[in-house]
Amino acid sequence: MTQTFLGMPATAPPGVGHLRGEEPFPVAARRALADSQLRRNVGHATTTIRAKSGAVIGELPDWEHLRAAGSAIKADVLARLPELLEQLEAKVTQAGGVVHWAADANEANRIVTDLVSATGSDRVIKVKSMATQEIGLNEALADAGIEPVETDLAELIVQLGDDRPSHILVPAIHRNRAEIREIFLRAMPGVDPALTDEPAALAAVARRYLRQTFLSTKVAVSGANFAVAETGTLAVVESEGNGRMCLTLPETLITVMGIEKVVPTWRDLEVFLQLLPRASTGERMNPYTSMWTGVTPGDGPQAFHLVLLDNGRSAVLADEVGRQALHCIRCSACLNVCPVYERTGGHAYGSVYPGPIGAVLSPQLTGVADNASLPYASSLCGACYDACPVKINIPELLVHLRDQVPHPRGESVAMAAAAYTMDRPRLYEAAQRAARLSRLAGRRGRGLPPPLNGWTASRDLPDPPAQTFRDWWAER
Amino acid sequence: MSSRDLVLGRLRAALAAGDPAPVEVPRDYRSEGTLDLDRLVERLTDYRAHVHRVPEAAVADTIADILPAGATIVVPPGLPPAWLPSTVTALVDEGLDNGRIGAADGVVTGAAVAVAETGTVVLDGSPDQGRRVLSLLPDRHVCVLRADQVVATVPQALARLSPHRPLTWISGPSATSDIELNRVEGVHGPRNLHIILLL
Amino acid sequence: MRIALFVTCLADTMFPQAAKATVRLLERLGHEVVFPTGQTCCGQMHINTGYQQEALPLVRRHVRTFDPYDVVVAPSGSCVGSVRHQHAMVARRAGDEGLASRAESVAERTYELSELLVDVLGVTDVGAYYPHRVTYHPTCHSLRMLRVGDRPLRLLREVRGLDLVELPAAEQCCGFGGTFAVKNADTSTAMLADKMRHVLATGADVCTAGDSSCLMHIGGGLARLRTGVRTVHLAEILAATEQSGIPGEPSELVVRS
Repeated sequence: MTQTFLGMPATAPPGVGHLRGEEPFPVAARRALADSQLRRNVGHATTTIRAKSGAVIGELPDWEHLRAAGSAIKADVLARLPELLEQLEAKVTQAGGVVHWAADANEANRIVTDLVSATGSDRVIKVKSMATQEIGLNEALADAGIEPVETDLAELIVQLGDDRPSHILVPAIHRNRAEIREIFLRAMPGVDPALTDEPAALAAVARRYLRQTFLSTKVAVSGANFAVAETGTLAVVESEGNGRMCLTLPETLITVMGIEKVVPTWRDLEVFLQLLPRASTGERMNPYTSMWTGVTPGDGPQAFHLVLLDNGRSAVLADEVGRQALHCIRCSACLNVCPVYERTGGHAYGSVYPGPIGAVLSPQLTGVADNASLPYASSLCGACYDACPVKINIPELLVHLRDQVPHPRGESVAMAAAAYTMDRPRLYEAAQRAARLSRLAGRRGRGLPPPLNGWTASRDLPDPPAQTFRDWWAER
Repeated sequence: MSSRDLVLGRLRAALAAGDPAPVEVPRDYRSEGTLDLDRLVERLTDYRAHVHRVPEAAVADTIADILPAGATIVVPPGLPPAWLPSTVTALVDEGLDNGRIGAADGVVTGAAVAVAETGTVVLDGSPDQGRRVLSLLPDRHVCVLRADQVVATVPQALARLSPHRPLTWISGPSATSDIELNRVEGVHGPRNLHIILLL
Repeated sequence: MRIALFVTCLADTMFPQAAKATVRLLERLGHEVVFPTGQTCCGQMHINTGYQQEALPLVRRHVRTFDPYDVVVAPSGSCVGSVRHQHAMVARRAGDEGLASRAESVAERTYELSELLVDVLGVTDVGAYYPHRVTYHPTCHSLRMLRVGDRPLRLLREVRGLDLVELPAAEQCCGFGGTFAVKNADTSTAMLADKMRHVLATGADVCTAGDSSCLMHIGGGLARLRTGVRTVHLAEILAATEQSGIPGEPSELVVRS
């Protein structure tokens, strides 16, 4: 009995990690909307990336075929997830790696912290990883007296600026070059005050700042973009070379990966290595991709640990409609095309997964009650679905999740009454007339009553017409 | 119950209700393409790699032009000695420490595969390419590529590579898109990438 | 051809001129329009707000009302999108497979106005006359759910006297999104502000679209700003002729101040 209960799909536990916001989306969005610098920064960046991505996607005559293949591979992965993970575990172990299973964030943090402590190192270098942000690994390491050093440029900007990430791919997308320069001058010891805000100069500063840390740190923590079940191969896709540093220089490498990142075969990478860079940074190929299988004697880390993370994914998998959110390859194309994200930025979503994918993934990982406002943070315009390289039908998922959200009581009553009326044409006609009368007689002015007054705060509602269509038709 | 059993049990329970049908993956995307070396050059150049097309006999002279006289470079143990000019000092990697590798003015390697469509070279740790750290720490990477190592598409490249070797896919010099989403060259990896494509 | 009009609750109650124009246009082209009076609302508002169970009777009513007709048309991309992509889903989730397959059948016979004209009736020149500078906003659901593509533009290009000007960033959402405009009014307003800026940049005196809901949103914003730019449903432009009086005027938003 207990075993059956323990084996049931579970959501991510509260109190750890970064999946839950402190306030509802509309409240957080209002503050973000008032920050015109943020809107300019995000708008500028997303406009740039949309053009770049569109151009390189246009070069591929078989883009739609690749999308279909990518989507099908991911559906296949989910259908066979337990056996693929067992296969991956066997292959990684065979190649000299050690596989750990983490049911949730707390367990993953404990595993990684214990592994680092066992090496005696009080510092780890980190490659940008959504999974470790999700579980709040940096906080857990710091609590254990271990300093986590983010090495991705944008993560470094966020870390040095004591800020929060606001984009999956470019966590500091809300910062422009002038702001980045100020953060570096403030937080990096020994930076020349003559530093300009030229991006190349800023990148050079980061290179100098981190080089000694790369060379002297014995443990690295990474995420993984893909893990191949049939071979045990892990892949990390990156740009700057910080990933290569972390995956090559330390003695110990610990990779934390969400269980949905497994792909069945080596060949499957041929699909994702075409989809991901074009959808993500708008490049034909990202500067660096590293692939490794277990431990290679004489080359790279001689101790490799792979931590397989559930943390709510089993609960997402249990929803036959919702599980497609687990197709996500974290490219952030949906963020870059989203008219809501473009205006609010990522912080308003409260979770490390912002934007359209965040609006469907975060509530499923935590249970919808804990992120109840997110499924409504979309106008259902559908741009995200068109942009998704693995064809996640995000609008469909949003509507699906809205159906599961606990509704405000007043709204439930009103919606039930509206449905009752609309299913009875005579009542419906009477309601049409009543609405017209009340507008004509009573409510002079331009507003609607609460809760609809938000709409009329900045828009004028037209007067109801003298005659409904059906009245006109009846008189014809 | 171990966490392994717990997670696997949860996943099996999650799938039990729906019992998803087997999925057929449509593979009607392009697996092969027409090889076009000019395209490779164009795509490498587009991402700010410097491309030199020379006969094999001219490799040493080309490297002499790329590296200043008196430069110290690191090379993997299996690199053809004929590729190295006499104007530079070559340290062969037989266990060089990271400090010496990082202090070198450059590194010369061979390659395993290159992808024309994406402007990518792949290193697989063969003797003429060496350990991953060699091509990582020096600021200048010279990579010698034979024409028969070039394929048109990503699927063709994967088919030639072994997953059991450590692989590094390189498309242009180190770069970042983290500042206003524009590609800027030069962060942690080599900031100068030279590809010598043999005629 | 005998065509059943799916008027949509919004056009019926608030924008009858779009529905009347649809009738006039189709009759002028020689077709018979019928109005099944059992129709009320397709249920999209309920579905998109998270009330699928409450929407079920509305889906059932819609399917029952329109099942007898071979061709159904609505002057709304959004409502046709709901019929085509949501009705069967709602029925299926409620376990009513029979309703789901009937809903799919009705969906196959249901067209947005520009689809009906171009694909079914095979016309792009509907004989309209509309001497205005017009810009077209492709609504999200007609663009991305229905994929109407350039059909509305092809129809507009054939309208005599009409000066069609391209809308910058046309494919960006206007910010309506039904319940979105209420629950996320501030973000919706920010999106609308950009849409209005683009509309005003065209110098058009009329902004048209295939959805009264989005036009209500854009038109409401334009009216609040006293811009003088009117929003007119695509059907009204296509229904206008030299003989039909001052084109566009009857549909002007009347706003009390």
